[in-house]
Amino acid sequence: MRKLVQPQGLPSPFKPTSKAGKSHPHESATRQVQGQARYIDDMPEPQGLLYGAVGISTITHGLITSMDLSAVRSFPGVVDVVTLDDVPGHTDIGAVFEGDPLLADGKVLFQGQPLFAVAATSIDAARKATQLAKVEYESLDACLSVKQARAENKTVRPVHVNLNGDPDTVLASAKNTLKGHASVGGQEHMYLEGQISLAIPEEDDRISVFASSQHPSEVQKLVAEVLDIPLNKVIVDMRRMGGGFGGKESQAAQWSCIAALLASRTGKAVKMRVPRMQDMQATGKRHPFENFYHVAFDDTGLIQAADIDVSGNCGYSPDLSDGIVDRAMFHADNAYFMGDVRVTGHRWMTNTVSHTAFRGFGGPQGMVAAEAMLDGIARKLGEDPLIIRKRNLYQDKARNVTPYGMEVEHNLIGDLIARLEESSHYWKRREEIKAYNAKSQILKKGLALTPLKFGISFTAQHLNQAGALLHIYTDGSLQISHGGTEMGQGLHTKIAQICANEFGIPVEHVEVTSTRTDKVPNTSPTAASSGTDLNGKAAQNACLSIKQRLAEFAAELTGGKAEDVVFDNQQVISGDQSWPFAEFIQKAYFARISLSSTGFYKTPKIYYDRATGTGRPFFYFAYGASVSEVTVDTLTGEYCVNQVDILHDVGNSINPALDKGQIEGGFIQGMGWLTTEELKWDAKGKLISNNPATYKIPAIGDTPPVFNVDLYPRANDEDSIYHSKAVGEPPLMLAISVWCAIKDALSSIGDYKVDPKLDTPATPEKVLMAAMALQQELGA
Amino acid sequence: MISFMLNNTVEQITDEQADTTLLNYLRERRKLTGTKEGCASGDCGACTVVLAELSPKQDKLHYRSVNSCVTMLSALEGKQLITVEHLADGKTLHPVQQAMIDEHGSQCGFCTPGFVMSMFALYHEEKQPDRTEVQHALSGNLCRCTGYRPIIDATLKACGNKQDDQFSRQETQTVQTLTQLQASAEKGLAELFMPTSRDELTRLRQQYPEARLVAGSTDLALEITQQWKTLPQLISLTRVEELLAVVEDDTGLTLGAAVPLTDATDALLRHSPELAELIERFASHPIRNQATLGGNVANASPIGDMPPVLLALDAVIHVDNGSARRQIPAREFFTGYRQTQLGADEWIEAIHFPKRKANSLLRAYKVSKRHEDDISAVCAVFLLELENGVISKLRTGFGGVAATPVSANDAEQQLRGLTLADKHTSQLGQSLLYNAFNPIDDVRATAQYRKLVCQNLWQRLWLEQQGSIDIRVVNHA
Ligand SMILES: Cc1cc2nc3c(=O)[nH]c(=O)nc-3n(C[C@H](O)[C@H](O)[C@H](O)COP(=O)(O)OP(=O)(O)OC[C@H]3O[C@@H](n4cnc5c(N)ncnc54)[C@H](O)[C@@H]3O)c2cc1C
Ligand code: FES
Ligand code: FES
Repeated sequence: MRKLVQPQGLPSPFKPTSKAGKSHPHESATRQVQGQARYIDDMPEPQGLLYGAVGISTITHGLITSMDLSAVRSFPGVVDVVTLDDVPGHTDIGAVFEGDPLLADGKVLFQGQPLFAVAATSIDAARKATQLAKVEYESLDACLSVKQARAENKTVRPVHVNLNGDPDTVLASAKNTLKGHASVGGQEHMYLEGQISLAIPEEDDRISVFASSQHPSEVQKLVAEVLDIPLNKVIVDMRRMGGGFGGKESQAAQWSCIAALLASRTGKAVKMRVPRMQDMQATGKRHPFENFYHVAFDDTGLIQAADIDVSGNCGYSPDLSDGIVDRAMFHADNAYFMGDVRVTGHRWMTNTVSHTAFRGFGGPQGMVAAEAMLDGIARKLGEDPLIIRKRNLYQDKARNVTPYGMEVEHNLIGDLIARLEESSHYWKRREEIKAYNAKSQILKKGLALTPLKFGISFTAQHLNQAGALLHIYTDGSLQISHGGTEMGQGLHTKIAQICANEFGIPVEHVEVTSTRTDKVPNTSPTAASSGTDLNGKAAQNACLSIKQRLAEFAAELTGGKAEDVVFDNQQVISGDQSWPFAEFIQKAYFARISLSSTGFYKTPKIYYDRATGTGRPFFYFAYGASVSEVTVDTLTGEYCVNQVDILHDVGNSINPALDKGQIEGGFIQGMGWLTTEELKWDAKGKLISNNPATYKIPAIGDTPPVFNVDLYPRANDEDSIYHSKAVGEPPLMLAISVWCAIKDALSSIGDYKVDPKLDTPATPEKVLMAAMALQQELGA
Repeated sequence: MISFMLNNTVEQITDEQADTTLLNYLRERRKLTGTKEGCASGDCGACTVVLAELSPKQDKLHYRSVNSCVTMLSALEGKQLITVEHLADGKTLHPVQQAMIDEHGSQCGFCTPGFVMSMFALYHEEKQPDRTEVQHALSGNLCRCTGYRPIIDATLKACGNKQDDQFSRQETQTVQTLTQLQASAEKGLAELFMPTSRDELTRLRQQYPEARLVAGSTDLALEITQQWKTLPQLISLTRVEELLAVVEDDTGLTLGAAVPLTDATDALLRHSPELAELIERFASHPIRNQATLGGNVANASPIGDMPPVLLALDAVIHVDNGSARRQIPAREFFTGYRQTQLGADEWIEAIHFPKRKANSLLRAYKVSKRHEDDISAVCAVFLLELENGVISKLRTGFGGVAATPVSANDAEQQLRGLTLADKHTSQLGQSLLYNAFNPIDDVRATAQYRKLVCQNLWQRLWLEQQGSIDIRVVNHA
C-alpha cells in the first residue's frame, strides 16, 4: 500500500470497519452485471403509458412559415401533438440565461431542433408519426463557424478578460516571440444511455418525473415553470444514469419538460426516450474552440508574457457557455506561470446545437492552448518539450499567481512530474525513440509528458453548496439521501463509505437512495467534479449531528463526556461501556432521540469578482501528469498509443479502485476527443457525424497495452472530505499527452526543429496532412 | 411459428410482425430489460445476447454473441437464446460476472450487460484467449466510462480459469431439446418466411414478390431501426441449404452467400491468408457472427469491405432465380451507386473465388479513423502475379473512392510487365493510383485524403517487399 503524506501530520481518517479508503466495488455492480440495475427505460411501465417523440427541423436557420401536423395527429396510435403554443407556462427553458425555447418558437435556430412533440400508444407509432409533418420554411443565412461569427460579431454572451501586468509592452519588446493557433474540436458525449424521462401525472396538477439528469432540481424548476405550477408540486427522482459526462447537466431538462407537458395534457404517464441519432442531433456537445496565442520567452524558454485568446463556439444559445468559456480561460495557463498575461474569452453564436457542459467544462480546450504554446517554444529552441514545460511550472513562492489573480498554494506539480519522469523512464525512452526514428523510414514514434492543474469548485459561487438527509432505522441500518446524482462515477459508493466511516459500521449497512427533490431540496448539478466534495461533506455533516446526539446520550448513560464517545467496529463506546451499534440505536429510539438529520455544506474561501476578472474561484487544484508514447504511420496517418504512464493526485483516496476507474476512463475519453472523435457538419449546417457508425469513440483495441496508473501519495492540504480530491474531470486532460506525442512523432521528421501544425481531433487524415505539410516545409 | 429456448424454457413465437427486432421483442414484449439499447444500429453492443446453436455434428453447442438490435426473430429458430438475466446460477454469479465486479469493470453499468454476454460467449470458446483475442471478442462493445482496462483484465481473469458453468452442465439436455425443436415442421411467422431449399425460396419469391430478402440482417435492420421503415414481409435466407454450402476444390473456393462471416473465415483464410486483417477489422465480432458475404455484395455499398476483395481476386458471383442460374464476374456486377446486375427476381447463391496462382501476392488494406469496428475511408486490395520478380498480372479492388466498388484499370495495365522491386514501379504506381479515382468528401474523409491513401498504400505494398522495415502501427496475425 502506498504511504500517504498527511498534511500537518494528521492521522488517516479512515476506520477499518467501514472500508472507506479501500477499494470497494461500485454499489450497483452486482446488479449491473446481471442486468438488474434499473435505468428509466427498464422501470415497470405505469398503466396506460404513452410514448413521446419529437419532430426536428431539417433546415439550419430560418422561419417556419407553416407547420401542418394533421397527418401526424391522425396517425394510428397518436394521442396528442403539441407545439410551443400548447405550453401553459414558461416557454423558455434556458438553464442560466434565456434562449432555449422548449420547442421551436416560429424560428429554426439549428438543424435538428425539436419543433413539435407527439404522444402515442407505442414508441413505434410516435416516431413514425413525426415523419408525417409537413413543415415549410423560409431559410435565412446561417452562421456556421467561429470565423463567421467573429466577422459578423454574433455572440451569446459578452467577452471577458483576465489581465495580469502589461503583456503588450513585453510582447512588443521581447527577443523571442511566437504566434500560433489551434483549432480544438468539440465532442459528443455518447453516454451509452440516451436522453430519457418518464413523467407521471399525480393527483390534481401534481407530477412526478423520473429523469436521467445530472440536475434534478433544475428539472423540477423547469417542469414547474413550463406547467405553470409551484415547485412543491413537482417531484423529480433520479436513481442512476447510464453515463452523463455533462451532457445531462442542463440538456436533460428539455425531455422531461416535454414528457411532463404531454403527461399533464393527457393525464397519462409519458415516457420520452430520444433515439440515438436525434439525441446526437438535438443535444449540445463539448464546445469547439479556436485558440490563438502570442507568447514572449527568454533564450531558456522561460515565458515572459502571453496574450491568449480562446473562442468558444457556443451554438445558438448561451446555455452554460459563460461558465464554460470562463473555465477555458482559467485553464489556458494550465500549470505554467506566464508572466504578464492576458486571457480573453469569447462566446460566439453559431447556428448549431447549443454546446454544453462536457467533463472539464471548457478547461480542456483552454489547456490545449497552453500545451500548444509550450511545444512551440520547445521546438523553436530545439529543446526537449519536457525541459521547457518543467522550466515554466508555477513555483511555490514567486511565479505563483494565475492570470486571474489566484495564488497557487500547496503546489504538487514539480514533485509529481519528477516522480513520473523517473517511473516512466522518460529520458531512457526518449533516447530509444530518437534512435528508432533515425532508422525508421515510415513509422515514427513520439513521446510526451504533459502536466495538469485543474481548479476544483463551481465557478458560480452559489452552486458550491450541498445538502443531505440521513435516517437511522431501529435495526441500526442507515439510509442517506444527498443532492448528488449517480452516473457511474461511484458517488453513491463513496457516500456510503463516508457514512459507514463516521459510524464505524460496515458499508453494507448504508443504503443510498435515489436522488429526489423531495428529500434534499435546491441541489446543485452533479458537475464540476464536485459530487463527492460537496455531498460527501453534507453527508458527513448529517452524520455528525446524529453522532452528537448519540454521543450525548451515551455520555449520559455512563457519566462520561460526549466528546470521548467513540463509534468504531460496530460499537458505540463510552468510557469502559460499549454497545453494539444496532442495540444502541434501539436504546436511543426508546429514549426518544431523533435518528434523522439533514446535513449541509458550503465550500469555504472561494469568490470571484467578474468586474476585475480576479479572485479565488477554486478551493484547491488537482494535479496530475501523464506520459504517452505513440507510433505514427506517415503513409496513412494511422497511429497507435503504445504506452501510457499516469501519476495523478486524488488526495486521500476514499476508494482507490473507483478513483483509478475515473482516471483511466477519463484519460481514454480525452484521448478519443483528441484523436478519432470528429464532429462534422456539412456545408449547410447539418451534423453528419450523427450516429456511432460515423462518430467513433475509442473501442477496446484503443486502450494502450501498457497503461500504468498510480495515485500521488499526498492528502489534500485543504479541508475537503477526508482530505480527498475531486477526480471526475481532471484525468480527461491527461490525454493531451497523446496529442503532444503524435506531434512529437511528426516533429521527428524535421529533426525536432519544427512544430507540426496539428489541429484536434488528430484523425489519421489530419496526421497525414500534417506530416506532408512538414515534409513540404522541409523540402522547400 | 418460431421455436426456441429462452434461457431454459422452450418458447414459441407466433404473432409478431416480420420486422420486429430481437431487442424490441425482449424489452417490449417480454419485459426482459436487462438487455439494453444504446444505439439500435449494431454499433455499441449494449444489446448483446448469446445464441447457442447446435454444432454441425449436432452433438455440442456453439455460443454466438449477436447484437439483438439488428437481429430478426428468424435468427432464434432452433436455438437457445441466453440473456444477461439468466447467467447467474441461483445466487452464484457466473465467473464472467464475478470478474467484472472484482476488477471494477462497470461504472454507469449501461454497457455492462452487453460486455458480460460477449465475455460469456468467449468463455465458451474452446481455447484460453490472450489479450488480443479478448479485444477481438469484445470489439463490438463500447464503453464510455471505464476505458476498457478493467474489462480486459476481468475477461482474461475469468477465461484464464474456466470451470463448468450451468450451461456446460446442462449441455446434453439443451442439445436434446434443440434437436427436438428441429423436428417441428412449421417455421417462421405469417410474414417472416424461412425457406430451407431453393425450391421453397423460389415459390415464396413468386408468391410474395414484394417481400425483402434478409440474411444476417446487419444492413437491412437499419432500415427498420434508423429510418423507421415498415418492412411488412421478409424472406430469411439463413436456412436455405444451397446458400450455405462451402466448397473448396481444385477450382478454388465457393462460399455460400448466406454463410455468416465468422463461419466463412477459416475457408477464406485457407484460400487467402492475407485477408486476416481485413476480416478481423470487418465490423465487429458479433456483427460478423451474423453478417454474410451475400449481404455485403448484394448491398453493393461503395464502402463495403468484401467487394474490393472480390474484384481483386476476380471472384465470380453465382446468382439464381429458381429457374436459371447465372455467373457474373465481380468486375461486371456493380453497375452504379448501390446498383448491381442482380435481377428483381434473383438472389445471390454463392461467391466463387478462383484458385490462387502459386506466385501470387495479395495485400488487403483498410484505412479508417478507428482501428476496430469502423467503416473504411479507403479499402484497397491488390493481387499481383509475379514471374521472376516481374508483375505478370495486377488486379485491384477499392472501396471508398467511387460510387461503386472499383478497380484501378490504368494501374492494372501500366504496371504489368514492370519489375516490382524497381523504384520506378513504386513511383509510377503511386501516381497512377493518386489519379485513379475522383472520390468525394464525406464524414469519414476528404477526397484528397482518399487519393493520397490510394497512392501511399501502393507505396506500402512496395516497401513491404523491400524486406524488414517497420511499416504497420498494429501488426496482425
Ligand atoms: C455495426 C456495423 C458495422 C459494420 N461494419 C462493416 C464493415 O466494416 N465493412 C463492411 O463491409 N460492412 C460493414 N457493415 C455492413 C454489413 O454488416 C455488411 O454489409 C454485411 O455483410 C451485410 O450482410 P447481411 O447478411 O447482414 O445482410 P442483410 O442485412 O441481411 O442484407 C443486406 C441487403 O442484401 C440483400 N441480400 C442479403 N443476402 C442476399 C442474397 N443472398 N441475395 C440477394 N440479396 C441479398 C438484402 O435483401 C438486403 O437488401 C457493418 C454493419 C454494422 C451494423
Ligand atoms: S443497441 Fe447498440 S448495438 Fe444494439
Ligand atoms: S460503464 Fe458506462 S458505458 Fe461502460
